[in-house]
Amino acid sequence: MIEWLVNFVLQLLEICKDILPIVTVIIGFQLLVIRKPLPRLKKTLIGFLYVLLGIAFFLEGLDMALFPLGSIMASQLTTPEFLGINPLDQTIFWQTYFWIYIFAASIGFATALAEPSLLAVALKAEQISGGTINAWGLRIAVAIGVGFGLALGSFRIVTGIELYYFIIPGYVIVLIQTFFTPKMIIGLAYDSGGITTSMVTVPMVTALGLGLAEAVPGRNPLLDGFGLIAFASLFPIIAVLGYAQIAHWLNKT
Amino acid sequence: MLKNRFVQQLFSSFIDLTPILVVVLIFQVLVIRQPLPDAANLITGALFVVVGLTLFIQGLEQSLFPLGESMAYAFANKGSLFWLLAFAFCLGFGAAVAEPALLAIAEKAANIASLGNMIEQTDIAKDNYAFGLRMAVALSVGFSILIGILRIIRGWPVYYPVFCAYACVALMTPFAPAEIIGIAYDAGGIATSTITVPLVTALGVGLATAIKGRNPMTDGFGLIVLASITPMIFVMAYGMII
Repeated sequence: MIEWLVNFVLQLLEICKDILPIVTVIIGFQLLVIRKPLPRLKKTLIGFLYVLLGIAFFLEGLDMALFPLGSIMASQLTTPEFLGINPLDQTIFWQTYFWIYIFAASIGFATALAEPSLLAVALKAEQISGGTINAWGLRIAVAIGVGFGLALGSFRIVTGIELYYFIIPGYVIVLIQTFFTPKMIIGLAYDSGGITTSMVTVPMVTALGLGLAEAVPGRNPLLDGFGLIAFASLFPIIAVLGYAQIAHWLNKT
Repeated sequence: MLKNRFVQQLFSSFIDLTPILVVVLIFQVLVIRQPLPDAANLITGALFVVVGLTLFIQGLEQSLFPLGESMAYAFANKGSLFWLLAFAFCLGFGAAVAEPALLAIAEKAANIASLGNMIEQTDIAKDNYAFGLRMAVALSVGFSILIGILRIIRGWPVYYPVFCAYACVALMTPFAPAEIIGIAYDAGGIATSTITVPLVTALGVGLATAIKGRNPMTDGFGLIVLASITPMIFVMAYGMII
């Protein structure tokens, strides 16, 4: 118990250290440039404490429950016995890794839904759009995007196709979609790419990418393990733009 | 009343997290078919995650959102473009420079660079390389928040800077060293953390509300996306220079 408490406090201090630069910037500008006391200082400080404690609990919980499970599952799914392949056989068929794609898609879907920053932005969007944008709808669209992106990203690691063959066409799709989507949602859709890749998704996805690159013969984890985060931050944009188009189209008819 | 709201929030956090439980359980039961390792730890961990999310959302609505908005209003009232842009840059830089995920990826990048004989295979050379990479990303995030704020003030459509950045990425990729491309593409996603995202969103939305003729929905978003593309450009540029 005491050992756990020490660990928890250390975790909390670690988070404090990470956010020290931002806090310095905010306090510095508030004191030196704005030169007005913060309104409701006490409430803000208490709220900030909640945020810190919340993140500490969240990370501690992830370390205990999700991360070990995720890496165990990723390694169990990539063992030669599970896949039914001969590890010395250098020819690989992408179909062999079928379960990996399903696993990547589901884990992407689930981690995106659990991502606190996505929840925060979805709540904000629902509030300022007066309820036209539904927080659940947005989160599910983003989660589908992340899931699809990760499945495609795992396919890329298995086949070893260059990263930009996927990402650059993705940009072109975003570009085309932009012209057909209601203006109101474009900014939000763009942002949904960057917000999904934080506290939960990044460590989970990195573990998956490295595990996969180690397991697939002929792949180098140092070189081929990267790129999944790029997928996870591009495809939600496409998914949310698509969601907006469909919602718009349904409203019209 | 307060206690009641906390319980409500707790419940809604639980609902928010059920999909992840379902996925893990289905896989464990149907595909891997082995008993869960250490079930007690798992349950405690899951409870922690729910409590953590509850506290986070509670604190968010009490501190980060109002803080970002009140700063946006204060800067709009002050009317000094220079200080607002300076603040935007510092906020982006400060958010990225200490990001743990960025630290981790910079170290990996240094390892790859030394294996690829791009830099000397010494610890000092690697540390220098990782430090330079981190600075490149932090500068790019600061720069992109600055551009994003300028966009809100000027009222440019959100896709102008995004398309320019996409074009830069597409043009630079063929000329960047092959080893760095994967890291560069990933560096985009990791520079935006759980504290920065709500703060920057509230700042953007607050500014778009405070400035006449801007719509918080149309103009307020779009800050985060720039912060996740420009690092790709800066990291590739860094790889090309070194």
